[in-house]
Amino acid sequence: MDAFLASVVSIGFHGLAYGMILYAISVGLSVTMGLMGFVNLAHGVFAMAGGYLMITVMDRLGLPWLPALVVACVVVALGSMVLERVLYARLYKAGELEQVLFTIGLIFVAVAVARLAYGTLPLAAPLPEYMKGQTEVFGRSFPTYRVVVIAVSAVLTAILWFGVERTRWGAMVRAAVDNRAMAQSVGINTGVLFTLTFALGSGLAAFGGALGADLIAMTPTYPFEQLVYFLVVVSIGGLGTLRGPFLGALFIGIGDTACKYWVPEFGAFFIFVATMVLLLWRPQGLLGRAQ
Amino acid sequence: MTGTTAAAIGYAGAARLRWIELAPWVLAAAIYFFAPTYLPLGSYVLIMILFALSLDLILGYGGIVTLGHSAYFGFGAYVAGVFAIRLTGDPLLGLAVAAIAAGLLGLATGAVILRTHGLALLMLTLAITSILLEVANKWTTVTGGTDGLHSVPIQPILGMFRFDMFGKTAFLYCLIVVAACWWLVRTIVHSPFGVALAGTRENDVRMHAIGAPVYRRRLAAYTISTSLAGTAGALLTQTTQFAGLSVLGVELSGEILVMLVLGGVRRIYGAFVGPGVYIVAKDYLAKQTPEYWYLGIGILLILIVMFARGGILGLLDRAFAQLKRARA
Amino acid sequence: MRVEKRAVLTVVAALCAAMTVASPASAQTVRIGLINTYSGPMASNGDQIEKAINLFMKLDQCKLPPGVKLEILKRDDTGINPETAKRLAQELIVRDKVQMITGVVWTPNALSIAPLVTEAKVPFVIMNAGTAMITERSPYIARTSFTLWQSSYPMGTWAAKRFKTAYVAVADFGPGHDAQEAFTRAFTAAGGKVVGAVRMPPPTSDFAPFLQRVKDAKPDALFVFVPAGKSATALIKGFGELGLAQAGIKLIGPGDIVTDEELPNMGDVPIGVLTMFHYSAAGERPANKSFVAAYQKEYGPNAWPNFISVGAWDGMQAICDVVRAQGGKVDPEKTMLLLRGWKNPNSPRGPIEIDPRTRDIVQNEYVRETKRVGGIMKNVELETIPMVKDPWKEFTQK
Repeated sequence: MDAFLASVVSIGFHGLAYGMILYAISVGLSVTMGLMGFVNLAHGVFAMAGGYLMITVMDRLGLPWLPALVVACVVVALGSMVLERVLYARLYKAGELEQVLFTIGLIFVAVAVARLAYGTLPLAAPLPEYMKGQTEVFGRSFPTYRVVVIAVSAVLTAILWFGVERTRWGAMVRAAVDNRAMAQSVGINTGVLFTLTFALGSGLAAFGGALGADLIAMTPTYPFEQLVYFLVVVSIGGLGTLRGPFLGALFIGIGDTACKYWVPEFGAFFIFVATMVLLLWRPQGLLGRAQ
Repeated sequence: MTGTTAAAIGYAGAARLRWIELAPWVLAAAIYFFAPTYLPLGSYVLIMILFALSLDLILGYGGIVTLGHSAYFGFGAYVAGVFAIRLTGDPLLGLAVAAIAAGLLGLATGAVILRTHGLALLMLTLAITSILLEVANKWTTVTGGTDGLHSVPIQPILGMFRFDMFGKTAFLYCLIVVAACWWLVRTIVHSPFGVALAGTRENDVRMHAIGAPVYRRRLAAYTISTSLAGTAGALLTQTTQFAGLSVLGVELSGEILVMLVLGGVRRIYGAFVGPGVYIVAKDYLAKQTPEYWYLGIGILLILIVMFARGGILGLLDRAFAQLKRARA
Repeated sequence: MRVEKRAVLTVVAALCAAMTVASPASAQTVRIGLINTYSGPMASNGDQIEKAINLFMKLDQCKLPPGVKLEILKRDDTGINPETAKRLAQELIVRDKVQMITGVVWTPNALSIAPLVTEAKVPFVIMNAGTAMITERSPYIARTSFTLWQSSYPMGTWAAKRFKTAYVAVADFGPGHDAQEAFTRAFTAAGGKVVGAVRMPPPTSDFAPFLQRVKDAKPDALFVFVPAGKSATALIKGFGELGLAQAGIKLIGPGDIVTDEELPNMGDVPIGVLTMFHYSAAGERPANKSFVAAYQKEYGPNAWPNFISVGAWDGMQAICDVVRAQGGKVDPEKTMLLLRGWKNPNSPRGPIEIDPRTRDIVQNEYVRETKRVGGIMKNVELETIPMVKDPWKEFTQK
């Protein structure tokens, strides 16, 4: 019994760390897909960019971990704004197919650039000394790095929820998600709103990618490999919501970890079977709006 | 059906066969006689054309966006392989069995998922092909796991035509099968069923309002489409005597989607042009500078979406229209 | 008129005869098809093969007779894609008329090419793919790389002398199953006890849940096999993060888990890891020292060759030797005869040869410990187990 409890705690902990990273990356996708109705399969590109940039900044400029993380997020957010204005905005009125094709093309380009710039081997994320080693939490020792991941993501999530629920900007985003035409008619500049929201979503993805670079390795084909997980989190959570993907990410993170621990042979089935069951039961996602 | 209404729903051609529609087949014959060392590649292109055709039926004409079509392609491929290994290597029988099996799978899965739409439907299709991939991966005794099914014993067609190393028999076999399926798809699209299907894509609220059985139509189209996809998969197994995990999974679904949209959706011949261009380009670029393949195809895709909606054929259409106007 | 015509014909005939006599065995080009992985997530392994081959040719190691040239046609299989590999092989044989095929990183790809080389009678020198039964699939296959049994089986015997219990964790695919079976068989035969085993799905990048399981089982040693490269690095990191070393668990395995080119990325965690392998870049042999020096001169001081590099290097050596022995006229049967029993006493990994019966590689296996030497992480060779033949074939062909 004791051993069982211990394993439950382990699973909960590791699953939480993985889930929080998934959330940090996917929440931006949920908002952009819900807000702009844009199928952005290339979302993982921003996460990858965040991770690679952070590592480069640490290597070349010698910045410590936290400033490098911040710099990476800001740069990716700014870069995404340019991308949004120049390319994405042209396709808002286009069909779903065009958006899918465009974002796949974007992934291809990003993967090629990453390979040329960083080579094919996965890049190690140099962790600061205080994050290596173990920490005592509730009498058990856990990798410090993962404790940091959980803590930082939790703080970020809190800020995000507060920001969207309590601020004017958050209200505008929610209004535009609910009914874009009405929001425009009351004078909300949806164009600017879209760009800023897109930047926020991409910056968050970069944050998740950089923070989680030790959990989900940085390789040039990152956007392809991880795409499925981001989509699963968003679809079972519910588009356009903040809390939906949170539930989705936790569900996937903990569930996947539990399977790896107890039934490793069938771990890969879990995510997809769970997705099917959940979506057939609630196609709009756990917290999505019924259509 | 008046000509204008037909055009409004997006037909690419009339029911009568136009001479230009024979172009792909003439080209295929030319390759057989004048470029015999390219036959294995040619067979692969033909198989992908059939796969793309099957996708066009539900995507272009039925409006069902799916990232899971490889499930049926792969299922057909493995059924053909297992059938040849365990029962008999007769290719025609194997082809029929695979087509029926894939159709049944399509019917069963379609019945469940076609009640949803949008992102939920997309994710469900994705889940199906991923689950099938895992099954193939784990069920090593039947599917061979990561190693795949090797040396699948395919007998000569009708006892006479052996599958040779040069790929001649394979090419002709694929050519005939794909031609037959093309004729089938063409007939469906121009039939009353095809019109109704297009109706479900354009405006299914109205279709419901006039009492048309939308769900049943989509399911029927889905079943036919999956059966065709399974046929394509079986062709791949039979002509290469091999079936492996790459016939399943999201990557292949994504690739065939890209190939189809590249050529042009909803025009039958987009399914010919797209795979042809994509596979030949990939073959060429991968030989020259393998590392830059992704860059090239990525930029090409973005350019096509930005400036050439409707794919290559759409581009050609506009070019011809401009030429006509210039002449007039 | 008739006389003139005959005169012209005579002159032409004489010229032709003169040309065939004057030019010595006219420039003979031997075409070799190289099927490798240049793109996709697994391209790093293909990169090792490519670098080794390019270095080999650049340093003019081939030493072909005058007039004989080697032409290498490179093709990209983009990863574990048996269909693509088969089609590429087919095109190389039929369209490009290659006389030999080589390369191939992945087992499934090698297996799909096997029936083709048998039918076309084209010698196939495998430079990497390591599952034991591959060489059985065609009489035209010879291998210069390794098998998982070759390293994991002696490891099991060796480990049983030092550890009472072991946990076995492998990647869930062909080579992983080989490693698991080999180690378990040897370990238990020598008196050790395997307290648990787990097969981990190959695309895993986060091994924490599996390693947690291992930690909870408290074995003396953890035997691990995951593919070299990304997976190995992630596993080593996980091992460090979860503090398994501090918990008294020793990490052992075939050398795939601490390959030389990845060591710089693994930090200090691999220190003390014990592995059994046929090649370490830190090997003290003169042949290896000059190999590594040449490699780093060409690719930079931070580039390290690894076991895949030597598989390709020696593969090229074998190919060149058989081409030279036949004076550029490559006959399939003669080639296979020459390959069986081919020896290279001066490979960077020590003396190697190809077993005449199985056409598979026979080589030394070294017990190594990963240490930091002069600031650089190296796999230091401690013991040698000489001329190990593939144990799996020894067992199955009694």
